[in-house]
Amino acid sequence: MKVTVKEHGLDLKKPKKLLSSDRIMPLVLALFAGISILTTIGIVIILLTESAGFFREVPLLDFITGTKWTPLFGGSQQSFGVLPLIAGTLMITVIASLVALPIGLFSGIYLSEYAPAKVRSVLKPVLEILAGIPTIVYGFFALTFVTPLLQQIIPNMSIFNALSAGIVVGIMIIPMISSMSEDAMSAVPRSIRDAAYALGATRLEVALKVVVPAALSGIVASFVLGLSRAIGETMIVAMASGGLANLTWNPLESMQTLTAYIVMVTNGDTSHGSVEYYTIYAVGLVLFIMTMIMNLLAGYIKKRFREEYR
Amino acid sequence: MTQMQTKQLTQMKQADEIKHIQGRKARNRLFRNIFLASTLVGVIALIVLLADIFVKGIGWLDLDFLTGNSSRIPEKNGIWPALVGTLWLMMITAPLTFIIGVATAIYLEEYARDNWFSRFVRMNISNLAGVPSIVYGLLGLTVFVRIFYFGNSILSGALTLTLLVLPILIVAAQEAIRAVPATQRQASYALGANKWQTVVKVVLPSALPGILTGAILSLSRAVGETAPIIAIGAVAFTRAIPDGLRDSFTALPVQIYSWAGMSNRDFEHVASAGIIVLLVVLLSMNAVAIFLRNKYQKR
Repeated sequence: MKVTVKEHGLDLKKPKKLLSSDRIMPLVLALFAGISILTTIGIVIILLTESAGFFREVPLLDFITGTKWTPLFGGSQQSFGVLPLIAGTLMITVIASLVALPIGLFSGIYLSEYAPAKVRSVLKPVLEILAGIPTIVYGFFALTFVTPLLQQIIPNMSIFNALSAGIVVGIMIIPMISSMSEDAMSAVPRSIRDAAYALGATRLEVALKVVVPAALSGIVASFVLGLSRAIGETMIVAMASGGLANLTWNPLESMQTLTAYIVMVTNGDTSHGSVEYYTIYAVGLVLFIMTMIMNLLAGYIKKRFREEYR
Repeated sequence: MTQMQTKQLTQMKQADEIKHIQGRKARNRLFRNIFLASTLVGVIALIVLLADIFVKGIGWLDLDFLTGNSSRIPEKNGIWPALVGTLWLMMITAPLTFIIGVATAIYLEEYARDNWFSRFVRMNISNLAGVPSIVYGLLGLTVFVRIFYFGNSILSGALTLTLLVLPILIVAAQEAIRAVPATQRQASYALGANKWQTVVKVVLPSALPGILTGAILSLSRAVGETAPIIAIGAVAFTRAIPDGLRDSFTALPVQIYSWAGMSNRDFEHVASAGIIVLLVVLLSMNAVAIFLRNKYQKR
C-alpha cells in the first residue's frame, strides 16, 4: 500500500479508481429511476398522438359538446359527443362520494379520536382487507347482490344502473378516505388536544372544533384523491352500470363511464385503424386529464393549507 | 332582593349549567355512536361481501373446478388455464418490479442529490400512483402489443402490470430504506466501506422486511387487476395452457369477468367459485408478507 507523505502530514485518501462501484452504480440506478419518467412520457405521448388520429376525423368541439355517444353505430347513426360518458362518470363519482366522504371521515374520526387501542387493532386490519379486495370482486358484488337488493325497494330499476355501481364504488373508497384522514388527524399534536380537554371540552368538541380544523388540509386532500379514484374506477362500473352511454339525471338507469367504454371497446372486436378504435384514446385522454387535475389539486391543497406545528 | 332569592337564583343557574353539561355529554355519546356505526359500515360490507360470495360459490368449488378448462356449460367449468396464466404473469412481473422498484428507491434515498432530475422522478411517482389502471392498459396496448409486436401475450400483460404496480413498491421501499438508522451507515463507513458496499451489505439487509412486504402488496395488486389485462387483449375463453412468453393467455380476474357476464344464471356460481380461488391466492400472499415481516423483525 502506498502512503504519500506530504509536508503537512499523511494523506490517507486512496487514489480514485476509474471504474469504482461508487461511480457506476449511481448511473445504473438513475437509469432504473428513469423508467418511471418514461412511463409518464409514454402515457402522454400515446394519448396525444393516437387521439390526434381521432380528432382529424371528428372536430374537437363536436367531441366536447356533443350529447350523443354512439361511435359503434353505423352510418348516419354514428355520433361522437363525449358528454354522456362524462355525465356517467360524474354521476358515479357523486353517488360514490355521498357514500364514502361522510362514512370515511366519520370512521377516520372514530379511529383517531375515540377508538380504544384494542378496538383499533381489530378495525384497522379489517379496513386494510377491504382496501385489498380486487375491484372485479366489488363489481360482481354490485351486480349480483346490491342491485337485486335495491330492486326489491325500487322495483322499476334496471339491472344495469348507476346507483348500485356508485354505492359500491363508494364502499370501495371508504378505507382509503378513512385511513388518509385518520393519518392527518393523528398528526395533530397531543398538546393541542390536551389544552382543549383542560378547558373542559368533550371528546366531540375536541374532535370537531380542534382536531378536524387542524387536519383539514389532509382531510380535504383525502376527499379529492378519493374522488379521483372514483373517476378512474373501471371494473365495478363496467360490470354493474351497463354499456349504454346515456345522458340522464336518473341514477336508476344504465349509464356508461369513460373507463367502462374503454373496457367495452378493447374487449370487443373493433378493428384497429378505424375511427371507432381511436375513440378509446380520445376518451382515455379526457379521463387522464380529469384524474390528473384532481391529483395535482390534492397535492396543492395538502401543501398550501397545511397547518404546521412545532 | 332577599338572601333567599339570590340563593334560589344561583341554584337555578347551577341547574342550568348542569343541564348544559349533560347535554354536551349526551351529544358526545350520540356522535361517538354515529362514528362507530360509520366505521362498522366498512366491516359489515366486508362480511356481507365475503359471505355472499362464499355461499354462492363454495358448492361449485371442487378438484374438477381447479383442474378443468373453461366451458360453455356451467357445470363443466374449470379455472386451470386462468390460474396458470396468472402464475406466468407473476413470474415475470415479480422480479421486474422488484429490481426496478428497489433500484429506484435506492437511487432516490441514497444517491440522488436535490436536483431537477430527482425532484422530477419523485413528482412523477406520486402522480403515476394516481393514474387509472385502464390508462396503463392503453399504454400497454399501444407500446407493448403494437409497437414492440409482443401481441396479446403474457409478456405484454406482465410488462403492463409491472409499470402499473411499480409506484407502490417504490414508495414502500423508500420508506423501508429511510427507516434504517444513520448510525448503521456511519458504522459501515467507519470500517472503510464505500457507499455501494454500505448500501448492499448494510442498508438493504436491514430494509429487507419492509421491502418484501411492499413487494408482496404490489404483487397482490397485480394479481387482482382486471382492466389493463383486458385492454391488452387477454382472451376470455381459452382451453390452451400457455407455455411461453409470447402465448396468448387468460388470467383469474379476466376469467371471472367473462363468467360474470354470461346470461345463464348458473354462471353466477361459477364466477363466485372463481372469486374464492382469487381471494385465497391473495390471502395466502398476504399471509406470506406477514410471516416474512415477523421472521425478519425478530432478528
